[in-house]
Amino acid sequence: MVFVRQADKGQRQGVAPVDAVTLGFSSTALAVRQGLVDILALPAFRAMDMAARNSAELALAEVLNNIVEHAYAGTVGPITVTATAGKGHVMLEIVDKGRALPAERLPVGARPVIDPKAELPEGGFGWFLIRSLVENLAYRRQSGRNHMSFCLPCRETGE
Amino acid sequence: MKLTTRQEGELLVVHACEDRIDAAGAIQFKERMREAIQAPSERVILDMSQVMFLDSSGLGAVVAVMKLLGPNRRLELSGLTPSVAKVFRLTRMDTVFVIHATLPDGLRAAS
Repeated sequence: MVFVRQADKGQRQGVAPVDAVTLGFSSTALAVRQGLVDILALPAFRAMDMAARNSAELALAEVLNNIVEHAYAGTVGPITVTATAGKGHVMLEIVDKGRALPAERLPVGARPVIDPKAELPEGGFGWFLIRSLVENLAYRRQSGRNHMSFCLPCRETGE
Repeated sequence: MKLTTRQEGELLVVHACEDRIDAAGAIQFKERMREAIQAPSERVILDMSQVMFLDSSGLGAVVAVMKLLGPNRRLELSGLTPSVAKVFRLTRMDTVFVIHATLPDGLRAAS
């Protein structure tokens, strides 16, 4: 597919994507629980099959819990989630005003090792789950805000 | 966070009567389980058939409960719903726990 950039810059200004919906809620665990319900009720998610929907809920919960626990870390602030329906997927952008990711980079999110001779890991699974469940994960820090974006498939792909 | 318990000989059956074990409730779940497992029993089966959602916080709490049991007692899981089973599978934690599809015969809760 070839895109031809229009010379007229004003062409697409002020045109909002038709299927983008933004929700806002507070960075508490309970508000996030309700926020998840509201996000999954959005029209964009209706195209998902059950397995994809369950994975979407898990991925969103992990991203949002990270914001509560690490970005805001004991303080309370706003989280906004914008969901846009795409073809076979839903695009998400999540913005918060908390602390930046360390080194402003996404963690690698490797699977925590289960070593029968050592203590079992109780944590560190969040980023691994996020990396396993989403596509096109991206992060940027801009004007004191964290911007996280990713896509969620409408059909479960093989594990 | 509601749990009910039943003792069947050497087996302690704990039912998690919640539909989510998530970041908002993981700590309470762990504390309720800490109380429940004070009943002496070599085997503990956690029946999760009502739990529709478990995130990494919930997974961590289940692992913490297994550690609380110590080396001489075993935590088994029962009735994992599809999304909960997926979390255990993706993280390979399904290799750590004995997982039953349903409660063993004779132990099904009267509803």
